Amino acid sequence: MMQPARHSALPGFNLTFGITLLWLSLIVLLPLAALILRPWELGLAGVWHSITEPRVLASLRLSFGVAALAAVVNVPFGLLVAWVMVRYRFPCRNLADSLIDMPLALPTAVAGIALTALFAPKGWIGALLTPLGIKVAYTPLGILVALIFVGLPFVVRTLEPVIMDLPLDSEEAAATLGATRSQIVRRVVLPALIPALLAGFGAALARGVGEYGSVIFIAGNMPMISEIAPLLIVIRLEQLDYAGAAALGLVMLLVSFAILLLLNLLERRIHQRT
Amino acid sequence: MNLSATQESPAVRVGLTALTVVLLVTLLLLPLAVVFTEALKHGLAIAADALVAPDAIAAIELTLIVAAISVPLNTVCGLAAAWCIVRFRFSGRGLLITLIELPFSVSPVISGLVWILLFGANGWFGPAFDRAGIRVIFAIPGLVLATTFVTFPFVVRTLIPLMEQQGASEEEAALTLGATGWQTFWRVTLPNIRWGLLYGVLLCNARAMGEFGAVAVVSGHVRGQTMTMPLQVEALFNDYDWVGAFTIAGLLSMLALLTLVVKAALEWRIGSRGGPLL
Repeated sequence: MMQPARHSALPGFNLTFGITLLWLSLIVLLPLAALILRPWELGLAGVWHSITEPRVLASLRLSFGVAALAAVVNVPFGLLVAWVMVRYRFPCRNLADSLIDMPLALPTAVAGIALTALFAPKGWIGALLTPLGIKVAYTPLGILVALIFVGLPFVVRTLEPVIMDLPLDSEEAAATLGATRSQIVRRVVLPALIPALLAGFGAALARGVGEYGSVIFIAGNMPMISEIAPLLIVIRLEQLDYAGAAALGLVMLLVSFAILLLLNLLERRIHQRT
Repeated sequence: MNLSATQESPAVRVGLTALTVVLLVTLLLLPLAVVFTEALKHGLAIAADALVAPDAIAAIELTLIVAAISVPLNTVCGLAAAWCIVRFRFSGRGLLITLIELPFSVSPVISGLVWILLFGANGWFGPAFDRAGIRVIFAIPGLVLATTFVTFPFVVRTLIPLMEQQGASEEEAALTLGATGWQTFWRVTLPNIRWGLLYGVLLCNARAMGEFGAVAVVSGHVRGQTMTMPLQVEALFNDYDWVGAFTIAGLLSMLALLTLVVKAALEWRIGSRGGPLL
């Protein structure tokens, strides 16, 4: 079945394909098979019961809701940063560009305690917000802050190559025809960026839904209020409820994939129309 | 032509740039600054003491051990995967790429959970391994497996675009001139992809040493035994030992900064930003 067709002059297909398949099966496929199969030990009704508990539904709503909100916030933030990085030149631009990956390079637990320290009532930012009556740490707002932090690079890095490839002549053509800058941005630039904005939104959302380390320190982890779905998986594992934990994990994975698929279809639809 | 319509006015440019700098400083630099400030709050000596505490040393050692096993494994297998995906066309190739990238879209907690489902006390293979006297979960093998799962795609994802762009003509030439497959690999392929390979290994290593969610699930949190550095940060933070937590966090932050510096250098060397996001 797996017959190499092109570059068949090169050796090593059997060896490398064998290693790849073995490695993939042991490290990825076998574990995922367990995730897909184990929930059903509870029976269909049991799985349904396990994933429709009020505490589970609240955690799923929170995880997906806050992740979506953070991704929405990161779309204008990411657009701003990507635009400035690609189109403008300013001192320390390279340094700033490297910094964008900081949330990805910084271990999530470090980000988690750092954000908690910043936004705690006595922290550098928390102390400024407390007089205004805004509580960030140990509330769902804290989760939002953490997810904005981890999600930003996804939007920026998705947009940058697309902005770089934007054909300048269509902007010039619009200018020749008498359009103002704001008209060009709204009618020429932004529409061309919509697919990339959607893709960046999707990547930030997917990361945010599963995020654990940067969130649990700042969230407060109150059941029904600020308890994210990944944390509930950990709690179920501690109670040795393997099937229940697997059921919740499977639901998270399936909903994430469904959302990504939907965004992908939307992206393609828009791409076809333009 | 009205040139002012092809770019923003100077005032807008300055404004947007300033806004970006403010955003990056508040969102990205402040957390870093707070880590080092908290670590050094009571002076360098106390931070240094926290760094050489027996549990901290054990956590550093364990982190290095786990990375030293999973990174080379993923490097060798990533090389093999990239070779067969880039240099050959076969049915199921697209599916293979999708499956290799799968760990990137899985929550870290799920990446740990799957190993418990296999090797935990109620896992598929847990009881059998237990009888054989092999501990996987709450021990080093579990930490290695979870870390390997999470860092699986990095090397392949970096190598695929690079090798595609380079093409196979040099390798074909070497073979035509009578080189064996291995000679071609060592003398032609490896030198051609060395910077890209290093880039993938760098990202893989950063994630392996910094991973939290996946290892948190399989670790069992035995102090001095199954705690990697990120887990030690959590434990100390929950003990209200802020200096201890932020000192180890500071060490991890320096690793992150070093990773970003080497990454920038390699991107300059390769000539593009080739790889996947961390």
